Amino acid sequence: MSSRFPSGIALCLAGMLAVAASPAAAREMRVCADPNNLPFSKQDGSGYENKIADIIAEELGAEVTYTWFAQRRGFLRNTLNAGVCDVVIGYPRNYQILRSTRPYYRSSYVFVQRAGEKPIAGYDDPSLRQMQIGVQLIGDDGANTPPVAALAKRGITANVHGYPVYGDYRTDAPLAPIMDAVGSGTIDVAVVWGPTAGYFASREKLPLQLTPILFDSSLLSQPMTFDIAVGVRKNEIALSDEIDRALRNRRKDIDAILQSYGVPRTDTASPAPASVVGSMP
Amino acid sequence: MRNFGPIFAVFAALPITATIAIAQANTAPPPSSAPIATGALADQTPPVAPQFAGPVQGDAEWSSPGRDSALTRYSTLGDINVSNVKNLRNVFTFSMGVNRGQEAAPLVVGNTLYVVSPYPNTLYALDLTQPGAPLKWRYDPPQDEAAQGVACCDVVNRGATYSDGKLYFNTLDGSTVAVDAATGKETWRTKLATIQMGETMTMAPLIAKDKVIVGNSGGELGVRGWAMALDKNTGNVIWKAYSTGPDNEVLIGPDFKPHYAQYKGSDLGVGTWPADMWKQGGGTVWGWVSYDPDLNLVYYGTSNPGPWNSTMRPGDNLWTAGIFARDADTGQARWYYQFSPHDLSDYDGVNENILIDLPSPSGAARKALVHPDRNGYIYVIDRATGELLSAEPFHPITSTKGVDLKSGRLIYNEEKRPQPNKFVKDICPAPPGAKDWQPAAFSHKTGHLYLPHNNLCMDLKETEVGYIAGTPYVGAEVLMKAGPGGHRGAFTAWDIVAGKALWSIKERFPVWSGALVTDGDVAFYGTMDGWFKAVNANTGEPLWQFKTSSGIIGQPTTWRGPDNKQYVGILSGVGGWSGAIVAGDLDPRDGTAALGFVNAMKDLPSVTTKGGTLYVFALP
Repeated sequence: MSSRFPSGIALCLAGMLAVAASPAAAREMRVCADPNNLPFSKQDGSGYENKIADIIAEELGAEVTYTWFAQRRGFLRNTLNAGVCDVVIGYPRNYQILRSTRPYYRSSYVFVQRAGEKPIAGYDDPSLRQMQIGVQLIGDDGANTPPVAALAKRGITANVHGYPVYGDYRTDAPLAPIMDAVGSGTIDVAVVWGPTAGYFASREKLPLQLTPILFDSSLLSQPMTFDIAVGVRKNEIALSDEIDRALRNRRKDIDAILQSYGVPRTDTASPAPASVVGSMP
Repeated sequence: MRNFGPIFAVFAALPITATIAIAQANTAPPPSSAPIATGALADQTPPVAPQFAGPVQGDAEWSSPGRDSALTRYSTLGDINVSNVKNLRNVFTFSMGVNRGQEAAPLVVGNTLYVVSPYPNTLYALDLTQPGAPLKWRYDPPQDEAAQGVACCDVVNRGATYSDGKLYFNTLDGSTVAVDAATGKETWRTKLATIQMGETMTMAPLIAKDKVIVGNSGGELGVRGWAMALDKNTGNVIWKAYSTGPDNEVLIGPDFKPHYAQYKGSDLGVGTWPADMWKQGGGTVWGWVSYDPDLNLVYYGTSNPGPWNSTMRPGDNLWTAGIFARDADTGQARWYYQFSPHDLSDYDGVNENILIDLPSPSGAARKALVHPDRNGYIYVIDRATGELLSAEPFHPITSTKGVDLKSGRLIYNEEKRPQPNKFVKDICPAPPGAKDWQPAAFSHKTGHLYLPHNNLCMDLKETEVGYIAGTPYVGAEVLMKAGPGGHRGAFTAWDIVAGKALWSIKERFPVWSGALVTDGDVAFYGTMDGWFKAVNANTGEPLWQFKTSSGIIGQPTTWRGPDNKQYVGILSGVGGWSGAIVAGDLDPRDGTAALGFVNAMKDLPSVTTKGGTLYVFALP
């Protein structure tokens, strides 16, 4: 079945609704997102992917509507590829079961330590053998994150502690515990995906420092950095092109949002316009 | 409008085709597997069913999925037998109301048939005294919708169980429920698992005296496995035993007398893991529970360790991928045996433990159990002591080289050890194992095991990007495929004493249904392309088959109806892990979906669609 967005039926329905509602709402951008996955998305709109969705929709002359679904195994199958929405905001580029737009940022895994401690120099840093290390636990197919593979390759297992990315979904920020554990001293260092680390670092009581490690020379097949793009269904070439244009036109605004959420970039952000810096949440 | 129903069913009874190949006996053992020894069963006479697994109400009823607490799935009814089974015909159908994988067993108690659906886990009661078995009542448990997103492998339920006027079953979102069998009213409901932490419940409860034994699912999501006993009258938790962690939480105490040295020591559920990995160590209890009322022991298997890649968890990872024998009243462990120490390949140890007795000319029969494991061996274990008596391969095996009967340890083949960034081909069996959850039957008459199973291997390929909840990662690309011979499943009669196949019927797809065997020497099973089949239990000769509306992954049962006739029932409706490509509408272009199972099942959507129908058969 083909997409309802931006098909004639959708436009027609929207037009009919527009009679009773706002005449400006001519188009719907249907987004699937996790309702409880800060800093990425949240049902109250407080995630940075929510803000980026608003910007893209604005550029498309559309209004964002959400289908909320926990981002776990089967997320794309049950959402985007089931046709209940047309867009997912942040996925690694070239993720095989969707079509990627141009990437709008690139980030990396980072080492998180309490501020003032000697920064970790890389996976061969001898101090890693003594420290209590926290890592993100994927919990899917026995797969590990690239940093975990780098540690395992060196036999560093006995002092590694897993923090499930699913976390406790009843809490306000299921991804936060690994960062809290560094802040509280439960662990000495954590290896965390950049956007998660950057956001929660700014909320910890004690200052934290982030050290990106862009690659591990002993494990070149396991990238530590990833391009992040918007995803659409594989056959939605026109929509993908439209979003590409929106991302290009609004690059500065998107960069400003990423900056305000503390996303560590390994690509070059555009210089943020003065009018936007400082005004974002 | 549904695309199945009685009209279709009338035309679906076709003559047996000649395409079913009967494999010659002894073709199963693969070239590369070398059992260490034939074991202690060399001069053994055929096993028999324990006395407590005798006929239930003259076998007019079928009150729990395994039929008895020994899980023999055998009926003393013989009205339907090898000479007349060819006349079996469909007498009624019932829509389950949901087109997802139907793994449950239809139960019959008194004049009522009870059956539970996949999520949303509706329990139906059908009146067998009326023509067409109309709906008597239905019970819809309150459920948290989000549970569907947590279930790893379709939203299945493996069935309800009946005891003293109540039906007991688990809901996907983690409650055990007791329902009044006469009225359909809820008697009690106890919330046990937390979906927000990745836990679900899919297994069928077992009744041990006054207790309901249940366990959790979710080993892939960082869950810590447990089993619990609830008071069957109140739903109060009597004991809870974790599968990892310190002894006081695993319920290991002075009564624990394991047979092998590697299980002796304190807090091994902590010490055989790095750091605190036992806290998310898996070992869930989502398979079958059996119970010996004479020894007052319950038996159940624990799932694979998780959720880490095996390179991160050096050690035996106790008490995962093994079997516990526990005191039914206290939950205290009596013994434990590990099928797959430091599991590498998702070989859960949760398959059924069928309780059998090994007669001895010199004295009392030896109390044993037989367990066909995912790792490809059929284990015979002394169920009083936990001593391994034999372990024989029933599937082509390359991942291991055999089981050392002296130490009890599985011997791994280092060449086939899965590792990230390493291209390993032809690891057999694949992660669903030589046999997954699909329960075997034990004939009290022939003394043989009737095994529905897989024939699957895998390649572990280059890595690829994955993404969950805001964290990119690189996963091993698991591609499952047919094992040697090109077929993906088989239905095999297994001689437990000789440790070899009597006969084996090759099937195109994994045989993901349960088995049933009767005094009429007929064995029943279903196939994922929708055929319900009856074969001669002695020879494997195909006797009858019926094409249902969807693939079959359910559990066949049999009973005597109010009209004194013998009936056979089965649910049709493809799904489960193997059938996720159809039930979950997975994209066949993504061979790694459903943990790599899709690659082996790409042709399933071309032979079956989703379904959810109960079929009941009888002689004219």
